[in-house]
Amino acid sequence: MDPTFCVTIEQEWDIVKARQLGRDRARDIGFGTVDQARIATAISELARNIYLYAGSGKICFEVVEEMGQNGLGVRSLDTGPGIKNISQVMEDGYSTSGGLGAGLPGVKRLVDQFDIQSEEGQGTEIRVMKWLRKLR
Amino acid sequence: MDREFRKIVLDNSDVIVQKWIDEIDILKGFNYTDSVSDELLESTNREFVNIIFSSIKHEGDTKQLKEFSEKLINLGWKVSYITDGLQVFRRVTINFILQQSDKIDTSYISDLQQSVDEWVEPLIRQLVNEYSGNWENILSLQRVALQELSAPLIPVMDNITVMPLVGTIDTERAKLIMENLLEGVMKHNSEVVLIDITGVPVVDTMVAHHIIQAAEAVRLVGATCILVGIRPEIAQTIVNLGIDLSKFPTKSSLRKGFIKALEMTNRKIVDTKPPNNAVEQMIDSLGGE
Repeated sequence: MDPTFCVTIEQEWDIVKARQLGRDRARDIGFGTVDQARIATAISELARNIYLYAGSGKICFEVVEEMGQNGLGVRSLDTGPGIKNISQVMEDGYSTSGGLGAGLPGVKRLVDQFDIQSEEGQGTEIRVMKWLRKLR
Repeated sequence: MDREFRKIVLDNSDVIVQKWIDEIDILKGFNYTDSVSDELLESTNREFVNIIFSSIKHEGDTKQLKEFSEKLINLGWKVSYITDGLQVFRRVTINFILQQSDKIDTSYISDLQQSVDEWVEPLIRQLVNEYSGNWENILSLQRVALQELSAPLIPVMDNITVMPLVGTIDTERAKLIMENLLEGVMKHNSEVVLIDITGVPVVDTMVAHHIIQAAEAVRLVGATCILVGIRPEIAQTIVNLGIDLSKFPTKSSLRKGFIKALEMTNRKIVDTKPPNNAVEQMIDSLGGE
């Protein structure tokens, strides 16, 4: 199993492809149905942002093992227009496309770690991490 | 010049065919022949090379080619088999003729290349067209089939309609859902519409947004929308995303939603046969007297 692999997002159906792959990968690692749904939804949001705002980009998955803990990392990369004001897009209800404006703040609540970097005119990179909780 | 090359190729067809088959055999391992038996591959190769030669002999014989391509499509061979095969033929033939001729200069080579290209190009064009025509055909059929399935509306009772949604919701489908929903509400004179999302794998902000809009539109035409089939994991992701679905009633299952819908239209489900214990109670009460 390749530790990292990517899905290119160019069309609306690529979003479905990305989240199905993400869900499969999450199931392989051992996430339960609720966390699988969270991961799939988070990927869906990230991929849709690429499709809507950047036009094209990619979603990369990576299986991480750190200090005996397994997790799934998802990276969203694009070379789109970038985000001018990151704190604004992280607010609930802010949207430039007439949507609900719950996308990015929602993703942050769906995952364990959330990291966003964006430069205007350069693109955006978002890295999220979901850890597998072990019952001890 | 072209006639000369044609003659060389046709006179030496056996040698060229053998070279071609040898080269194709090398390519065999790469992609298209995983599931194909050696005999079938061999006979198909023979047929293919015969078609190439008869096309050169008759300067384009399309009927045979059409039959061949149909056969390949039906068997599910990849288009790369054809493009690779013709590419190899081109290479083998040019090499062969160059080896045969003693006077070689640039104009000779360019004439040769042009001739061979002119033989191969119509074949590639036609075969690829047959293939892509077939794909486009399948694609458009599937698109129609999918659209028919995408937003069905079932009038289950007077004033109550159900729309079961199965599968991924994209922008186009969301539009269809809204249209069908409103059309159906008017046509069936529904008071309550149940949208069942049991079969929707992921409810993200876009899907939620479309559902909210559809429910709002239904409200505007005077009906009520109930969202049913919310699985526990979907409920949790909706809460995490911070989506407000409080503007319309929601239920976990279609059954509960349907009972609610009956309530809203002042009806309820009644058993036509009174339960047995009622009879027993009557007997008991008679015995008491």
